[in-house]
This record gives sequence, structure tokens and C-alpha cells, in this order.
Amino acid sequence: MRDFWIIFKQAFVTKAKAKSFTITTAIMVAAIFIFANIGSIIDSVKNITGDDKTANELNVIDNSGVLFPLLKAEIEAADETLSLVDSKSTEAELENEVKEGAIDSFVTLDLNEANTIQAKYMTKSVIDFDFPRQIQEALQSVQTQMNAQQLSLTGEQVQSLFAPIQFEQKNISASAKSEEELMQAGVLVYVLMFVIYMSVIMYSSMIAMEVATEKSSRVMEILISSVSPVKHMFAKVFGIGTLGILQIIIYGLAGYIAFTTAKAKETGGFLDMLDLSNMNVSTLVYAVVFFLLGYFLYATLAALLGSLVSRTEDVQQMILPMSLLIVAAFLIAMAGLGNPELGFLKYASYFPFFTPLVMFLRVGMLNLPLWEPLVSIGIMIVTIFLLGWFGARVYRGGVLMYGPSRSLKDIKKAVQLGKE
Amino acid sequence: MTLLLNNVTKKFGDFTAVDKLDLTVQEGTMYGFLGANGAGKTTTFRMVLGLLTPNEGTITWNGKTISYATSPEIGYLPEERGLYPKMKVEDQLVFLGELRGMKKADAKRSIDQWLERFEVPQYKTKRVEELSKGNQQKIQVIAALMHNPKLLILDEPFSGLDPVNVEMLKSAILDFRNNGATIVFSSHRMDHVEELCEQLSIIHRGKQIVRGSLRDVKRSFGRQNVRIKSDHDLTVLEAIDGVQGFTKSIEGGVFQIEDERTAEKLLAAALQLGPIRHFEIEEPSLQEIFIAKVGKEHA
Repeated sequence: MRDFWIIFKQAFVTKAKAKSFTITTAIMVAAIFIFANIGSIIDSVKNITGDDKTANELNVIDNSGVLFPLLKAEIEAADETLSLVDSKSTEAELENEVKEGAIDSFVTLDLNEANTIQAKYMTKSVIDFDFPRQIQEALQSVQTQMNAQQLSLTGEQVQSLFAPIQFEQKNISASAKSEEELMQAGVLVYVLMFVIYMSVIMYSSMIAMEVATEKSSRVMEILISSVSPVKHMFAKVFGIGTLGILQIIIYGLAGYIAFTTAKAKETGGFLDMLDLSNMNVSTLVYAVVFFLLGYFLYATLAALLGSLVSRTEDVQQMILPMSLLIVAAFLIAMAGLGNPELGFLKYASYFPFFTPLVMFLRVGMLNLPLWEPLVSIGIMIVTIFLLGWFGARVYRGGVLMYGPSRSLKDIKKAVQLGKE
Repeated sequence: MTLLLNNVTKKFGDFTAVDKLDLTVQEGTMYGFLGANGAGKTTTFRMVLGLLTPNEGTITWNGKTISYATSPEIGYLPEERGLYPKMKVEDQLVFLGELRGMKKADAKRSIDQWLERFEVPQYKTKRVEELSKGNQQKIQVIAALMHNPKLLILDEPFSGLDPVNVEMLKSAILDFRNNGATIVFSSHRMDHVEELCEQLSIIHRGKQIVRGSLRDVKRSFGRQNVRIKSDHDLTVLEAIDGVQGFTKSIEGGVFQIEDERTAEKLLAAALQLGPIRHFEIEEPSLQEIFIAKVGKEHA
């Protein structure tokens, strides 16, 4: 047991002390803080560079002779930074000005016989969607006013025409959560799923890399002459795993601090849904459980694969099948994010290599009976033990095997050598 | 504390890596293990360390099978040198020392002593990748010796070291032997084996083709050399009974002979040709024995 802790400590401490670890952690923490405060950062950038909307002028050619004042009143009431200019130039002249870049855009207004407004907005800008819509809405309400006047409707009558109806959606399926809950769960599950995916892929390839480095630098030969390969493998898996947990705790704390301090200001949109105050505790617990199980499953596999190569250059190629498994799990889970009740998700969630993401998605988004996640957790634990047992056999031979080994066929060779 | 290999055979599939190997290494002696590349040396060492299990035969150390429980008593210098490139020398040695059962403080003390002895104390806080190859090897040697092992297994300990460092390492290994350690080492350098080892083995393609003490091996080789320096042409002496070979040189020549009686005949015949400046009966060098037994292609 002493050897186990020595290797555990070595795997953990050397990695934790490495500059690369400190730097990535620092960058991630900084990124979390920037993300949490993105709104206020954009605001302050705007304050420095100035809002590009200030003092906008819109040229209007009013062929009807009555629309301009109505539109001007309508628009300037809504947006005081915008001022309308009644242009006396012809359409062709203004078109030229737009082409030359002297003005951004202009509007031509007409009224046909049926008293319907016909407007033409001309611009060179490709990505301008907001501004024409704003004008269109304003014109629409001018039209409404004009029509109302013609029909001699009162203001109340007009309002009653546009009164919205009450529409409520309710899912009465036993496994479904309410829409609001679903939204909130969806965001939380999405974030956690991403964390699980990223960390499992990152730390398991870190383990494969570690093992391959020890093999290629031939330090492995000394290690396994003083401690059994099996102990070495598990100490490595646990050591890097602890490192991963430490890193995630740091990110979690950073995230919590960043979002709670940013809350004081205005956030809105996506961040509002990540409401920490009423976060679902069971979802978090499942996230931790599935992260740990997922990590151990993939880390054991990674150690097994890492022990087969003799050069670090071959690691990526060797762990490719494993990476594909994680990516497949992630894609399936992403597909399920929109519709967690898809039929194949249920089956996928019991496949141990998909469970950490897919079952987590289902358990986070649906009201599943308790036995479903428990069974999948059971399957995972059994798989981890089987893989650990098998991995240890491969590992024992793999670490002694040198040469151009870069295919899964070498597993058989390694098991053979491990027995000897 | 005797290392005993009894009729050890190791097969990988159809390939026999080590075939019926017998070895006895007494406490306080050094055993030379010679063989060309791929002869089965490393496989034998791995079996001694318990990394591989022999198909037949037994390996015992001090009457017991070697297991991870005995690892603190064993020092191992693998042929392929390797350390963590990014770790600092001291951290690395402390880690390896702890794995061999040392306490951290003892390990640190031992590291300081060894770095001092190998005249590289300035590398203590350097990362291994910053060191030259020879210096990395010194660190590796320290890793094998620092825990004061009773059984030393050294795979090519001198390769890659300059003559000054070879002497330094030799004296360290001799100290271990004089303190009663049991030492097995392999080498391509026959002169080192001749100088250091009481007993030796030559293995070729897994088979033990020579075994015994240095003196017995040389005696039983059944061939000696006679070196004669003379101004006359010695080629005619090749016809004398018992002469197996002759190599002409500028100063005279070297005759390979069967026994010492032939040497006497040679001396008499050479004197008849005229005055000679030098006459010497040489024991065969280990190099010659090795080449004769293993074949020139592996020299």
C-alpha cells in the first residue's frame, strides 16, 4: 500500500506543480470570470469606444407627402438616437450616395390607392437586420393608426384588436418536467455534460500520455522492478483522477464566485437560466457520480492503451477508438438535449461507455424512476472492475513490450506476455 | 545471500529466449554475464527481478523466490537508461528511493553522498533533460545504488561513460562487493569482465556456452598464444606440430598453440633461425574466447 501512495503522490504532485497545469487552470478561471461578466465588459467597451448608434440619421423620400411626420413621430418616440431627415433629393441621387458610402441607407415611402404604405429600404450593408425591422414595425403601426382613423375606431377598440390571448403549455407525461424546469435543467445538464465530456477526454488522454512517456523514457523498467505493474496502473489512475477533481473544484468555485458576483449587475438571457439559488441538488450529485465513474472507466481504458505503445507519438493513434467512443456518447447526448425522450437514448444510456453522458442527460432532464440510473451505475461499476482486471493483465505485459506497436492487435500479445 | 538460477528456461511462443541456464552467484562476488545483443541477457535479468516467470527451473535469492517484498534489497540498472525527463534530479531520486523502501530523509542523505562521490552535486536541482547523457547515466546509477542493495543487477553499467567515469563507477561497484553484496553484470566490454569478475557465463542465442571461473574458462579454452619478436621471417615455424594458427606482424608474429609443449618446440625452432628479441606465452583474452565461441559476426 505504501508503494501505491508513493506513485499516487508522484503522479499527482508532479502534475500539479507543473507550469502547464498552473497556466491552463489560470486561463480557464480567467475565461470563466470573463464569461460571467461578459455583459458588463461589453458595456464598458461601448462606453470607451462610443456607441455606434449615436446620432444616426435616416434619409426619407416621402412621395405621399403625409407619411413622413407620422413615421418621424413614431420612430423618434421609440429611439431618440435616431433622427429622420425629409430628403428633397431624388431616389437616384440617394442611391448614388449610398453606393459612394456617404450615407448608410434611405427609405422611399409611397401610398397606393388602397391607402396601403409601400416602403423601400435601400442599403449597402449586408448584416443590417435590426434597423430595417425597426422601420418596418414603425410603418406598420403608422398603417394601423391610419386604418383605425379611416374606420373611426377609438384607441381602446384598436387595443382590443391586438389583445394577446392566454396560452399555457403543460406536459402531463409522468417522466417530464415542467417547461420552466426543463429549460433550467437543460442548461444545467448541458453545462455539466460539457464538463464531464471535456474532463474525461482530457484526463484519460493525460493518463495514456503519462504511461507512454514512462515507457518511452524507459523509467518504467525501474518502476515495475520495484512495484507491481497493476499497483502502478491504479495509482496512476487515482493520482491523475485526484488532479482532475482538484481542477474541477477550482473551476466550480471560480464559476460560483464569478456568477454570484456578476449577478449584482445585469446579466440576463442564458445566464439567468443558470440560477444557482434554485439549482437542482440531485442533478449535481448525479453529475459528480457520473463524472467519477466515467473518468475511471475511460482512465482504465486509457492506461491499458497507453501501455501498448512505446513512443508518445503513437499515443493519439492508439487512443483514437476510445476518443471516438466519448465523442459518440457526446453526440448522442447532444441529440437528446432537444428531446430527452427519444427512444434510442434509453438503450444508449445503459451502454457503460455512453452512460456517463447519456444517462446523466436523461436523469437530469426527465423524472426517471430511481432504479434506472442505479442499474446503469451498477453496470458501469461492473464494467470498471472487469476493465480494471483485464487492463491489469494487458498492462503487465504491455509495459515490457517495445517495438512498433500501434494497433489493438497488440492487446493479445500483451496479455500473453503478461501471463509469462 | 546467494543468487541461484537452476535450469531456467524461458520461451516466448516458439522462441526459446533462455535455454536451461544455471547460475550461482556467491555473496561478495561479481558475476559477469556475456552475450551478444539478443542473446537473452535482459530476459534473464527480468526473470531474476520477477518481471517474467520462467517456464522451467527456479530462481532463488537467499533461498527464497524473488518478489516485490524483496525489492528493497535489489538494485537494478536497466540497459535502456530512463528517467523522468521533466523531473528534478533530487525529486526523482527521492521518488525512486522511496519505491525501494527508503525513508525520505534517508534517501536525501544518500543522494547527497552519491552526488558528491560522482562529483555532480550541482545537478541536484536540475531537471534530468538538462543533463548530458553521461551525467544522466550517473543519476541512473545512483538510483540503482542509493538504497544500499544486497543484490545488484547491472545491465551494461559502463556503456556510454568516459574512462574517468568508468573508473569512478568501478570503484563504487567494488565497494559494494567488498561490503558483501552479490553482483551480476552484463557487458560487451570483455576487459571490464576480466578485471572485475570472479565468475562468468557466456550465453549465445539463449544457450549457456561457457560457464565457470575466469581461470577455468581460460584454461579449458585449450588454446594459448605465443608472441615472438624477431627480425627473421617466422612463417616457416607454422609447420611445427601443434601450431594451429599464425598471424604475421611487422615485429614478428603470434602463434596459436595447443599446449605448453608446443611452446617449447617453437622457442627452440625460433632460436635456430637467429636471435629473438621477445618471447611470451599469452593466456587467451576473453575477447578471443568470446569471438571463438559466439562467432565473429557478433564481436
